[in-house]
Amino acid sequence: MKPEEIQKIAEIEHDMRMAYKYRIKVCCSSGCIPFGAQKLLKAFEDAVKELGLQNVCKVARTGCVGTCSVAPVVLIDPGNHLYQNVKPEDAKRIVQEHVVNGRILEEFVYKNEAYFSKQYRLVLRNAGKIDPLRIEDYISVGGYSALAKALTQMTPEQVIYEVTVSGLRGRGGAGFPTGQKWNFVAKSTAKPKYVVANLDEGDPGVFANRTLAEADPHAIIEGMTIAAYAVGAEKGYIYIRSEYPLAIQTLKKAIEQAKSYGLIGDNILGSTFNFDIELRLGAGAFVAGEETAILSSIEGLRATPRPRPPYPAVSGLWGKPTLINNVETLANVPLIILNGGAWFSKIGTPKCTGTKCFSLTGKVRNPGLIEVPMGITLKEVVYEIGGGVPEGRKFKAVLVGGPSGGCLPESMLSLPIDYESLTQAGAIMGSGGIVVIDDESCIVDTARFFIDFCMDESCGKCVPCRAGLPKVREILDKIMVGEGTEEDLKVLEELSYLIKDASLCGLGQTAPNPVLTTLNYFKKEYLSHILDGKCPAGKCNIKRMEVVKK
Amino acid sequence: MSERTVKLVIDGREVFAKPTDTILKAAKDNGIYIPTLCYLEGLTAYGGCRLCVVEVKGNPKLMTSCTTPVSNNMEVITNSPRLNKYRKQIIELLLAERTHTCSVCVANGSCELQELATRFGVDHTSVSRNWKRFEIDMTHERFVLDHNRCILCTRCIRVCDEIEGVHVLDVKRRGKDSSIVIDLDEPWAASYSCTSCGKCSAVCPVGAIYVKLKPLSETKKKELPEFVVERRRR
Amino acid sequence: MAKVKVATVWLSGCSGCHMSFLDQDEKIIELAEKIELVYSPIVDIKDFPENVDITFVEGAVANEEQLHQLKTIRERTKLLIAFGDCAVTGNVVALRNMFQDSVKEVLERAYVENVDHSKQYPTQVPKLLENAHPLHEVVKVDFYLPGCPPSAELINYVLNEILDGRKPSLEGRFKFG
Repeated sequence: MKPEEIQKIAEIEHDMRMAYKYRIKVCCSSGCIPFGAQKLLKAFEDAVKELGLQNVCKVARTGCVGTCSVAPVVLIDPGNHLYQNVKPEDAKRIVQEHVVNGRILEEFVYKNEAYFSKQYRLVLRNAGKIDPLRIEDYISVGGYSALAKALTQMTPEQVIYEVTVSGLRGRGGAGFPTGQKWNFVAKSTAKPKYVVANLDEGDPGVFANRTLAEADPHAIIEGMTIAAYAVGAEKGYIYIRSEYPLAIQTLKKAIEQAKSYGLIGDNILGSTFNFDIELRLGAGAFVAGEETAILSSIEGLRATPRPRPPYPAVSGLWGKPTLINNVETLANVPLIILNGGAWFSKIGTPKCTGTKCFSLTGKVRNPGLIEVPMGITLKEVVYEIGGGVPEGRKFKAVLVGGPSGGCLPESMLSLPIDYESLTQAGAIMGSGGIVVIDDESCIVDTARFFIDFCMDESCGKCVPCRAGLPKVREILDKIMVGEGTEEDLKVLEELSYLIKDASLCGLGQTAPNPVLTTLNYFKKEYLSHILDGKCPAGKCNIKRMEVVKK
Repeated sequence: MSERTVKLVIDGREVFAKPTDTILKAAKDNGIYIPTLCYLEGLTAYGGCRLCVVEVKGNPKLMTSCTTPVSNNMEVITNSPRLNKYRKQIIELLLAERTHTCSVCVANGSCELQELATRFGVDHTSVSRNWKRFEIDMTHERFVLDHNRCILCTRCIRVCDEIEGVHVLDVKRRGKDSSIVIDLDEPWAASYSCTSCGKCSAVCPVGAIYVKLKPLSETKKKELPEFVVERRRR
Repeated sequence: MAKVKVATVWLSGCSGCHMSFLDQDEKIIELAEKIELVYSPIVDIKDFPENVDITFVEGAVANEEQLHQLKTIRERTKLLIAFGDCAVTGNVVALRNMFQDSVKEVLERAYVENVDHSKQYPTQVPKLLENAHPLHEVVKVDFYLPGCPPSAELINYVLNEILDGRKPSLEGRFKFG
């Protein structure tokens, strides 16, 4: 395929789209499928057929728009009307009213404008717009034109320059400047080189990468291919956890399509550049998402992290230079190439450019997947997008950054979301999990839950994490049944610092965050368990003090 | 042989090292002590026990000296209250992790963990000790594998893989449930791949793998991997 | 000058630490100038006295009586020393903790399996605790003196340092086991 042909496909697609007056898009991602999205898609197709509207109205699947709490959802173009909680039996009525009578069915309309008004969709630009299973859909919205631009008009150095100028930083959580990382790999002289896209999103309650892969797989593939061109790699792996069957299926199909169109493989778009992508499945280990553990896993070994240095950019897969980027990072790349790094750098804050996807869950009115510009405050996310905690409950804390994130209190809500501010507050950007906790939850119990998770997921290689986390949990257990002492709090803190400072990889280094932040911001609640024998949330089953003292 | 061309400062002392040296090697060559446990000369560095962590100026993270290469003008601190506190905590965690009962252990008196506890003054464990019971594999005619004493340093795995070239041993499960396995988790006597060379018992820092009816002091040969590697180089 | 009141206690242990204490030999005579042994297995006093300055506790806490006894000792002692590995780590005494239903398994083994006549569980003795504990899991311990047993020299060093008002430094001096 030649670069011009991409344009041609886009035009044909555009004409085809224009042939239909209406387009009914049924969300078929993992959030809506359990609520019968597949049946709903079929019901709409049948309804359109039944009403003889095949030439006016196109029914298609699409990716997630993020309003997972009102699943399943259907979008109708023109106008991008969002219908919520639609059941298959409603399909015919909706088609009849909306398409035939031109009347919007108010009872189904998603009315929460605030949910979208504060968001900025870059990475998820095509989610809810295109059919993820059709490469032509992606091309029709400008897909692969960035790849064409990079291959035909830019040198690898220019690509890296644009990415560097954009200020894009790693979305996997650590926030390392992407351009710099690419530069390291590009400078390594050893061959072959590899590109690894990290889609091993293992945090409980986090589903941003999954949504991206299910809604817009080609954005990942395009970003990866551009990255490979920039660093000089010929082979890429998408490492995805096997718990994401739909995303795997979608990506598999996307890779096949891209191959058949010559967008990956040999002589891409008629150039001399070759790049092949292979899917690698994880085997259910959280730690496999750690950048060096991924390497071990792809090599066929136990997914245990390796000490750095040597960094993967120098010695990665099979000892060769390897670029590892999160898929969210990669999905930004085509936009940067098309619009320029300077354009991208104006989004967000000067130090943290662009947007970040967050999985907003817990005790909020509108849970779901959101994408916000960097620098937005936690308050805006929790109260304006999330709608605050449900009626009758009180906000207690917000956990930012997944299981190894930090629990921040109400007083910290004005904190802007960027890598530095979060780290300073004791939280992390991490995988982009935001869990809102209300006054019904006990803070010790919350910390224990996340420690428990990290303890189970520790690979067992280094001592602080393997042997330390079980001890941290033991002490939290003790506090929860009212047997804790103030001395225990001291040991808890000391252990946490050991694990944070001396562990081998990011898992151990961040695992104590929930404990350290709760000890910092909610010490009263710990002391209440220990000194008064009371759990403020009424959650813990504390034995009476007399018994404890005996 | 490369020259000692790299100049670095360890604990305030200016020292010279080869470009291929690690911080640990440079320190050792200059008589500076850094505690180690999973590290063994001649085997690939593992970086698991974290005892050899040091502070490197300009780097907010602690680095394992056994894996970090030296670089010019690097400033290293191997001995600080913070580092020693962490080392003590690590030793405590290891002692508490499994049922280390020195008085009834075959390694008593030649155990590296015991020595480290003495050296760092770890006179008790402030965290409670685990008493989980693991099966002891005594099926082999000469060797015993006692998981109750294992510290998961993986020296045995590495010596079996890299020196003997067999890779009988590996780790199963993860986190606190990790344990050493023989072949595909079979009793030792049932292993087809084991050559019964005994190198695993020669390098075990504790009393987890030992020769039946012999105190570890008689069978331990810590210098074995280094010797073999040195010979191979010739 | 009044002599320092010292007590030694023997909980669940083999008395080896006490033997080691006695192994100080002639140095005991020097010590006798400075200390008064107010309670010990080798002194015929039934109740643990009040206002003891230093107490050496050998052995792990394995039954209810010892638990009670140790708490009394703690209340009446200024400086409590965990004396030997059993007191510091639980040592051999605590090996029974590895068994699922440790009390039952231990009793079964000792009073049924390994007995030829009148196989029965003892009834007139204090009840065993579910687990044997090192001292610091039950009371606050002021100083740890590990070893199985701690050597006579070490005991002498530690005691003399304390008597001279210094905190003994164990780094490099002691050995578990």
